[in-house]
Amino acid sequence: MREATLKVFRGTDYETGEFKTYKVPVEDGMVVLDAIHYIQKEIDPDVAVRWNCKAAKCGSCSAEVNGKPALMCKTRMDHFASDTEIQVQPLKTFPLVKDLVTNVAWNYEVNKKITPFTPAKDADWTFFQEDIERVQEFRKCIECFLCQDVCHVLRDHNRKDAFIGPRFLVRTAGLEMHPLDKANRIESLKDHGGIGFCNITKCCTEVCPEDIHITDNAIIPLKERVVDEFYDPVMMLLKKIFGKKQK
Amino acid sequence: MANYEIHEHDILVIGAGGAGLRAAIEASAKGVSVGLVCKSLLGKAHTVMAEGGIAAALANVDSRDNWEVHFRDTMIGGKMLNNWRMAQIHAQEAPECVRELEQWGAVFDRTKEGKILQRAFGGHTYKRLCHVGDRTGLELIRTLQDKGVHQGIDVYMECTVTKILKDGDKVSGAFGYFREDGRYVLFKAKAIILATGGVGRSYLVTSNSWEYTGDGHALAYDAGADLIDMEFVQFHPTGMVWPPGVRGILVTEAVRGEGGILRNSKGERFMFKYLPEATRADYAADETEAKKWLEDTLSGRLKTEYKRPPELSTRDNVARAIYTEVKEGRGTEHGGVYLDISYQNAERVKKKLPSMYHQFKELADVDITQTPMEVGPTMHYIMGGIRVNADTAETRVPGLFAAGECSGGMHGSNRLGGNSLSDLIVFGRRAGRGAVDYTHKLGSAPQISESQITEAIEELEIPFKRQDGINPNDLVKELHTIMGTYVGIFREEKDLQTGIEKLEELKKKFKLVKANGTKVFNPGWHLCRDLKNMLISSEAIARSALSRKESRGAHSRLDYPKTDDSLGNENTSVSKDGETMKLEKTPLNKMPDDLKELFAKKEPAHA
Amino acid sequence: MNQTKSALAPQKPLSTERRDIWWLEPALVAIGFGLFIIYATWRAFENNFYEIGPYLSPFYSPKIVLDWWKFSPALLILWVPAGFRATCYYYRKAYYRAYFLSPPACGVGGINALGLSQGKKYCGESTFPLVIQNIHRYMLYLAIAVLGFLWYDAILACIWQNQLRIGVGSIIFIANCLFLSAYTFGCHVFRHLVGGKLDCFSCSQTAKTQFSLWEAVTKFNEHHMFWAWVSLFSVAITDFYVRLIASHSISDLTLIGPPL
Ligand code: SF4
Ligand code: SF4
Ligand code: FES
Ligand code: FES
Repeated sequence: MREATLKVFRGTDYETGEFKTYKVPVEDGMVVLDAIHYIQKEIDPDVAVRWNCKAAKCGSCSAEVNGKPALMCKTRMDHFASDTEIQVQPLKTFPLVKDLVTNVAWNYEVNKKITPFTPAKDADWTFFQEDIERVQEFRKCIECFLCQDVCHVLRDHNRKDAFIGPRFLVRTAGLEMHPLDKANRIESLKDHGGIGFCNITKCCTEVCPEDIHITDNAIIPLKERVVDEFYDPVMMLLKKIFGKKQK
Repeated sequence: MANYEIHEHDILVIGAGGAGLRAAIEASAKGVSVGLVCKSLLGKAHTVMAEGGIAAALANVDSRDNWEVHFRDTMIGGKMLNNWRMAQIHAQEAPECVRELEQWGAVFDRTKEGKILQRAFGGHTYKRLCHVGDRTGLELIRTLQDKGVHQGIDVYMECTVTKILKDGDKVSGAFGYFREDGRYVLFKAKAIILATGGVGRSYLVTSNSWEYTGDGHALAYDAGADLIDMEFVQFHPTGMVWPPGVRGILVTEAVRGEGGILRNSKGERFMFKYLPEATRADYAADETEAKKWLEDTLSGRLKTEYKRPPELSTRDNVARAIYTEVKEGRGTEHGGVYLDISYQNAERVKKKLPSMYHQFKELADVDITQTPMEVGPTMHYIMGGIRVNADTAETRVPGLFAAGECSGGMHGSNRLGGNSLSDLIVFGRRAGRGAVDYTHKLGSAPQISESQITEAIEELEIPFKRQDGINPNDLVKELHTIMGTYVGIFREEKDLQTGIEKLEELKKKFKLVKANGTKVFNPGWHLCRDLKNMLISSEAIARSALSRKESRGAHSRLDYPKTDDSLGNENTSVSKDGETMKLEKTPLNKMPDDLKELFAKKEPAHA
Repeated sequence: MNQTKSALAPQKPLSTERRDIWWLEPALVAIGFGLFIIYATWRAFENNFYEIGPYLSPFYSPKIVLDWWKFSPALLILWVPAGFRATCYYYRKAYYRAYFLSPPACGVGGINALGLSQGKKYCGESTFPLVIQNIHRYMLYLAIAVLGFLWYDAILACIWQNQLRIGVGSIIFIANCLFLSAYTFGCHVFRHLVGGKLDCFSCSQTAKTQFSLWEAVTKFNEHHMFWAWVSLFSVAITDFYVRLIASHSISDLTLIGPPL
């Protein structure tokens, strides 16, 4: 049987932790998560890893495989040449808990601060497929936080204090573009959301396992909405004169 | 003595899937303090795997639909073993609960009139499943999650509850640990709502995630509640069979709802053969009629006069049919049958079944718009569970409530697809209300007993002390073999008895499980505790299955292949009696006459 | 939460665990832009060989002749397309990556380029200078005007001595305009302005029209990067072709109508 060599990060902090090498037999169609499970079952039962669905639907098994943020349950072993080592390590952008598990609590805190869906009291709940197609794309998000992990604003510059990250720009876009939502999140997007920190370098889109066009369909349209309200003198003037358009 | 942190809430909800979240939202909206505990991160619960839709008689697509038809479908699907009152509440309240979701931000697919779109599903007379492509469960979870976090619910993520604490016969709190670092935690609560889902991890081939270890079943059992109808385990007819790593992962019923055809390796459309006499008249007579139904469906016609294709029979039937085809040598290369949607327009398939398309493309190298899928039965759901009061969701233990998959009675002997998500929101809401009412009526706060805590800690610590014990993973493997071999789709007296004996042996070995390493995020250690729950629920399944000497719904006995009407009015109930499991037969609640009449009525017939 | 564990992974500029040739894409982009910029600068300052017969190089169009302007007329107009492209969302991505290494590629340690205003902390496009990128919509308006002139030129490129005349050059001119239009009208701002800013596409008749426009723009927008490159090359090629003929290095082949 074919064997693969995995280098898995083990430890509870980056100074004392190290990569441990495991040999794992490879079956047809095996994914990296299967290999980690094999290690848990046969070698080290205490390897820490998050997973739930094993079908790329829950966004639990995020890690970095050969330096690329990815879902382990979606990363096929036959994707890698059989004679190379596969390096598996935790998400770099979040504080390490143990092995492949990181503390992603920050994301949940950010989510709480986003103004929730606010429909009009008298909405009649008739709307059409074309109205929601955009929103449905954003709602595909499985909260794997791979985009948060790869985004250089959070990863390299650690601006978690000022920038909510692509995942929550996607969420905000889903709310802002909902045909029945009445709240306005544009100002908070600029000030607390830090949408200006994003320099649209598109790494979030590159890693999104749900193929959400995060940058093109969520972030850039939101940036333009911010421009409408805060940077475009003509638009601002028109708004002053004609009043804010009823959404 | 190890120390522990303490949190206090009026109501503690255990499990943050659809039912748990819905219950927490309901309770906190009523102004009580609510804690929500989940084993995973918030929003990862197994509910996200529900794909097809939520059944609710909104009658947006087929105006002939109403709650009575939905009620009747549910009862017939469950072979009349359901708690009629639950089925009634469910059918009546589901539409309202779905609208509520929409008002909280869920974005369902739309009809041309701008209403919620509904699709056909197995066992449902009319097109009834509200859906979002094939990721309805995700939509439901996300909607509830976002609603919940803005309501001031305290969420304790990655936390496992291992014991329900009681003051006398009343619930007083719960004890557990945080998975992240193994620190212990005590929750003081006046009422507890269990919403922990199912037991799938007892089986090797399952669509369920690691969380599904029967926690709620076992916690309630230990706390003195009884579990009913545990013999009814639903094998979903279509799970992936290849490659090995994804074996068991669900292929949504929506594939068949959208016109997917089942064929064996000889190319025969075998489902026509397997329709039970009783419902045969409700399905298309031949391929021509099935094709006409499909054409009407594809053209977006709302109503059709043709009958449904046989693939849309109830899950128990289709699973047995597939199993039999494979067993009799007409299976595919990897031991499944073909499910084919590739004859349809590729763009439509991608639009309607996007995650199926990706799932097969990425995990199995199969393009479902070009080639058929290989599918086979996979353990999916348990109909049985904690017995609850239909109106309040309270168990027989005061202060202990249950909702969702871990509760029993709603689905009888077989659940219809789409009735699970609606079950979650309907009874989640009921449980939330029930628990709030209970806490209001409760006089003084119940007391916590130190000795119960000491016991709980003891139980958690002990695996570390058995240095040359057994790896819990090995016991799980044994459990899988036992459940797969002796308590699978088809059952027999002899097998079940062997199975039970083996489970007894396994229980002895369980006393020797060990954990290595530290308490920091240690799945091996976690499994040592979860295994206990798996054993309790597995034993309940096996014993209940042995006691039901007939075939009904999802319970198929080779030695009793017929449904026995005289057994149709009793539930199997198991409860804890000292160290042994006590099994009783308890009578079904009597259905009132006005509901009974619904079954006599000819119209509206299954269309 | 346990504090000892709160450490983040070390991240150094250009460090990565990626094993693929991640630097290839930024390198190609850097070279591609570099070549274009060098060529365009040279041509803009050359102030020669930009006009012949019916053809006017796109670098010099619209031709603005001012008595007091002693330099190449290209400089009076080139800032428009240059500014348009410099503030384009796609080009921003490309040059932030290729030239500013911010970040050079995904999962590769980046540097804090242009973190001028707030000391060393990264602020991206939220503060000066990069906040200026938000003028992109004004650049779009100007660019559409210039594109109008280029179409006008393309039509003129098909007329010679008051007759229809199609040469290889005419075809190049038309193709160039088509590519430029595909690029310009696939602009993210354009997509926003024609309909993207609406929340409800079905709420009124105007909204429905805007929805169709938005859908059409989206088709081009999905391939905005592609059109950005194609149109970049096509402008350069068109100019180069004009230069070849104007400098009499080659002569323009006439397909229909009177010869040049
Ligand atoms: S496009 Fe913006 S949000 Fe996405 S990774 Fe780049 S900087 Fe982050
Ligand atoms: S947007 Fe994509 S990458 Fe980001 S969290 Fe959601 S699914 Fe993951
Ligand atoms: S386990 Fe759910 S996404 Fe990988
Ligand atoms: S975004 Fe590229 S031209 Fe406007």
